Amino acid sequence: MNSFKTIIALLKKDVLLEIRQQYSFYGVLLYVISTIFVLYLAMGQPEDDVWNGLFWMIQLFVCVNAVAKSFLQESKGRMLYFYSVAGPVDFILSKLLFNALLMLVMSIMSLLLFLVLMGNPLRQPFQFVGLATLGGVSLSLVFTFLAAIASKAQQQAALMAILGFPIIIPQLLLLMKIATIAFSSVIQAGLGQMVLLLIGLDAMVIVLAIILFPFLWKD
Amino acid sequence: MIRKSWWKTLTAVLLVYTFIAGFLIKVPHVGNLYGSIRNFFFHVPMWFGMMVLYTVSVVYAIKYLRNPTITSDIYSKEYAKAGTVFGVLGLVTGALWANYTWGEAWSNDPKQILAAIALLIYAAYFILRNSVPDLDKRAKLGAVYNVFAFAMLFPTLWIIPRMVESLHPGGQGVEGNPGMGGGKDLDATMRIVFWPAVIGWTLLGVWITTLRVRFEHLKEKQLVNAQL
Repeated sequence: MNSFKTIIALLKKDVLLEIRQQYSFYGVLLYVISTIFVLYLAMGQPEDDVWNGLFWMIQLFVCVNAVAKSFLQESKGRMLYFYSVAGPVDFILSKLLFNALLMLVMSIMSLLLFLVLMGNPLRQPFQFVGLATLGGVSLSLVFTFLAAIASKAQQQAALMAILGFPIIIPQLLLLMKIATIAFSSVIQAGLGQMVLLLIGLDAMVIVLAIILFPFLWKD
Repeated sequence: MIRKSWWKTLTAVLLVYTFIAGFLIKVPHVGNLYGSIRNFFFHVPMWFGMMVLYTVSVVYAIKYLRNPTITSDIYSKEYAKAGTVFGVLGLVTGALWANYTWGEAWSNDPKQILAAIALLIYAAYFILRNSVPDLDKRAKLGAVYNVFAFAMLFPTLWIIPRMVESLHPGGQGVEGNPGMGGGKDLDATMRIVFWPAVIGWTLLGVWITTLRVRFEHLKEKQLVNAQL
């Protein structure tokens, strides 16, 4: 119960900081808008699979930018303070939750922008919305953990991209493959299995983060 | 075990046997693969070897996290290196094989792509290590990432490739196990060369690693003496 309270408190602090400073939220939002606008200027309204591929690539870059800030913004002194008031598991869970929340908002924002600017090829929009949010959350989980690793090394932001891109490819391939269902009116076989695999992957990342983060914590 | 020599002799014997028997044995008729099936004794053991070496690497990474010693770190790093070399050799032997069987060296087969990704994940491990100047921190970050990378190998190499269509054996709508040469079970004559080959190649990987580990230890010692 106590640790639950700590997580909520840490989460509240991140959300409050976000609302008061509004720097990273609008920063990422501007990033999303300008990238999709440039895409629109370059591509117009592309075909289904191009649309799908572009959407997930944009999600990937948005995620790197949105999540990178979560650990990099914490100064050494502040980390020391967290160290004295919270456990490592509470800390990483609050970060995972916050980033998942942030990516949830960002996924829906970029999906809306895509629909407005790049046309609407979706035959099953509701499934795609569900998948976009699930995908956004999955990406944020992996990158949160990688940000935790990268924050301990030098050249943090660049390192995060280097570590993250190979690791995220299997998940991204899976997401793109599942996403193709939203473009046709026929339901593919083996869909439930793939969604389950994706959720299983997320669970694995969370468990690994909980197990491994305490080792990164002590410095 | 490192200091004993019997397993080194065994490695040499097994590999000599693999080369002699692998090239001379009468292979079964397996359709269009008949002309190139002997590559099976070289291509598939690379992946077995890679998996074994990565597994040993992650065991030492966990060992390091439980009890940080420089020895476990060196072992973990060197086994990962040897595993990556085996993976690259697996890709190369696979590309050679594909060139003659599928018509091109790289045909974007899911198993090719995901194997390349798995190697990229480990390439990132070495980059992460090199980006941290402090020795203890490097070892700790490396160990944490190593465990994470190893866990990611399962969806990358074991689960997703089996779910999609592939030119390799094993996949959606394709019978068989990718490690066991297609059909339900490996042919008996193939088996008497294949398993010795797997053991031989894997032991060779271990042998190379132990030499590298001794070399690293020596470097470490020199560093310590120089500081004194």
